[in-house]
Amino acid sequence: MTAVAIVHLPSGWTRFTDGIDEIAIDAPRVRELFVALAERFPALGEQLDQIAVAIDGHIYHHARYEPLRSDSDVYLLPPVAGG
Amino acid sequence: MSTRTFEHVGTRPIRHDGVDKVTGRAAYGADVSLPGMLHGAVLRSPHAHARIVSIDTSAAARLPGVKAVITGADIPPNSAKLMLGGEAALDLHDMGDNLLAHDKALYHGHAIAAVAATSLDIAREALARIEVVYEPLPPITSVDAAMADGAALLHDKYKRNIANRMEFKRGDADKAFADADVVVDREFRTPMVHQGYIEPHACLARTGEDGRAVVWCTTQGPFVVRDASAAILGMDPAHIKVIPTEIGGGFGGKIVVYLEPLAIVLSRKTNRPVKMVMSRDEVFRATGPTSGSKVRVKLGATRDGALVAARVSLWYEAGAYKGSPAGAGAMCAIAPYKIPNFFIEAHDVVVNKPKVAAYRAPGSPIAMFATESAIDDVARQLGMDPIEIRMKNAAAEGDQASYGPKYGPIGFKQVLEAAKNSAHWKSPRQANLGRGFACGFWFNAGMSSSATVTLNPDGSAAVVTGNPDIGGTRAAQALMVAEELGIPVERVRPIVADTDSAGHSDVTGGSRVCYATGMAVIRAAEDVRDQLRARAAKIWNVDIADVGWERGKAVPLNGAAKDQQPLTVVQIAAQMPHTGGPVVGRAAVNPPMAGPGFGAHICDLEVDKETGRSTVVRYTAVQDVGKAVHPSYVEGQMQGGVAQGIGWALNEEYVFDANGVMENAGFLDYRMPVASDLPMIETVIVEVPNPLHPYGVRGVGETPIVPPLAAVANAMRDATGVRFTELPLSPPRVLRGLTAD
Repeated sequence: MTAVAIVHLPSGWTRFTDGIDEIAIDAPRVRELFVALAERFPALGEQLDQIAVAIDGHIYHHARYEPLRSDSDVYLLPPVAGG
Repeated sequence: MSTRTFEHVGTRPIRHDGVDKVTGRAAYGADVSLPGMLHGAVLRSPHAHARIVSIDTSAAARLPGVKAVITGADIPPNSAKLMLGGEAALDLHDMGDNLLAHDKALYHGHAIAAVAATSLDIAREALARIEVVYEPLPPITSVDAAMADGAALLHDKYKRNIANRMEFKRGDADKAFADADVVVDREFRTPMVHQGYIEPHACLARTGEDGRAVVWCTTQGPFVVRDASAAILGMDPAHIKVIPTEIGGGFGGKIVVYLEPLAIVLSRKTNRPVKMVMSRDEVFRATGPTSGSKVRVKLGATRDGALVAARVSLWYEAGAYKGSPAGAGAMCAIAPYKIPNFFIEAHDVVVNKPKVAAYRAPGSPIAMFATESAIDDVARQLGMDPIEIRMKNAAAEGDQASYGPKYGPIGFKQVLEAAKNSAHWKSPRQANLGRGFACGFWFNAGMSSSATVTLNPDGSAAVVTGNPDIGGTRAAQALMVAEELGIPVERVRPIVADTDSAGHSDVTGGSRVCYATGMAVIRAAEDVRDQLRARAAKIWNVDIADVGWERGKAVPLNGAAKDQQPLTVVQIAAQMPHTGGPVVGRAAVNPPMAGPGFGAHICDLEVDKETGRSTVVRYTAVQDVGKAVHPSYVEGQMQGGVAQGIGWALNEEYVFDANGVMENAGFLDYRMPVASDLPMIETVIVEVPNPLHPYGVRGVGETPIVPPLAAVANAMRDATGVRFTELPLSPPRVLRGLTAD
């Protein structure tokens, strides 16, 4: 089932997204979500290769094939691991 | 999970690697040697910023005993290609240029050339014969200098020395400040400090005629060493085997490669093993400290103590190449609190200092030193108790974190409650002491891990992972296997294996090993347990559905097996050759981040107002760890983090001269706390289970270094009446502060 995820973009990305920092995207998985973002905002370029993804509160470093629910809340975040 | 009763988890057995370590048998990075081995040494830049005009190695190469000399020309030029690493994307161009400078020396101590010779003395003599012509450039040694108009640029590819900037914002901070009853606005500064691990970087590389390399090294990430070395040198990762030695501390600083690719190249040129060991001087000058910083914090609150607005600006030194933890600092700065209106910005600033590396909760101690100091001032202006103001604003499950997503189950309020009820907080403050309180936050990473559990014919087991043990994780993993199989922990052998022998695991760092690798260990042990049930079914000639498992035994369930007697692990293991052969369990996981850890610290500080010297008299650390698998090592992590944080607060700092040369590159002058400097650090473990882990583990190691900077500074404020905004609070600085008009 396809889903409409609410995607919150990093504030610093507004220069790539015509000022948009929140967008609803119809995608079953993170992979399709990223494809849709790249098509909508080509200036994002490699930004999407270096980003962590929070899906409904859980933060993934490698989320490409994680499924999205119909009401998923998605945040794109700088990756953080630690020392 | 939270209701599970544990038999082994939560006990305190002696660590499996303990005897080797206390008797000196454990082999660390510098302990490995091979026949015919050469010794490598590195020539380092005497300038903090200089263009390299020429390098003449001919005189060095002619010296008897010298077998090879290499320069930046021997490190293939990489594009700005990125490799996904444990912490974030790694820039291979920068990593290669940091290994051996190509066009410019970007900090004092930057590697310029390396030599392999038959003895270390000859190698050092050869370094002295390398002739380098430099064109010195103005050194940039602070964020202010880096951002000044007309500042010299470190990198031609950037138009300025700010390599990156990011923002987080919510609500309308300006309006909220205008409506606030109390506003605190301060600027804070922290110096560059080093992780201070006892063991310097060391490695031994041996290459063969087949082009394959074996590397022994002290590292937090053997797979990172393999993959980064291969990528930088253009080698096939399948041709590099990394054997991690015991590690004498890392704290994030042993994730980056400094020596390993050089040793591989030197070994390849000489066809002999090459050993390289850094001196302490080299460790300070050329390996990753954490950022020096400037942080501006403005907080607004209403009379009832509600924090209504925050503005936080962070400028972190990245060192010579981009990649400071400013972004993580921005995400942590106000993370414990639900503040409706905020604007946070972070700047990654390149300067002519060593490239920073991860250091225990990278970025968070710096940011939270500033915010927790400012909250202390807000509380003072409002006449509120420091715990009460934090409790009033504390984030809880369902609240939206300042960095975006909503929190799952977190234990910040429970931590504050435990601190409030602690013996320390309840004790009367002595008149001659100041008491400080501060909190800390860290994410606790997830990432990829794998594990193998092998059952031996005698019913003992081995657990194999690829994560070097820097915090007692062998003991924790053995406890997990013991718990799942129901065998004594002493009969579980935890093994840290090389990159050819263990499945992939991301770095030992990010407070992730007990959580993520532990999860893989538990799953692998469950795999073994399921296989043992199948073997019992075979012995009893029943279906596996008729076999259960209780406290280390296969037990008959109602059905065909009901008349059988339970079988122990030892009994089933003895029958392995007749029931299908060896039993091996395996698991691989890639979980999300564990869910954050929160800490609250209390510090009693005595200040000699005549000398400015201060002494921590009593200290208590409270932390939500999810579940303490081996409580002694959880407490040890908490105490270790506190010790490092107190050092950062009171004495540690890189001191540079006007030319960008570090003046205190040794432990005599770079003053870390030793045991006699500190009281016994009291610990209070809070356990709010993490639902993502079978036992509720969250992660421990990083959160406890976050609060001490502000806890000490707040105690200093309490003791002296002076708000110090720059670290360290060394006697000269304190004395200046106390005597200032």
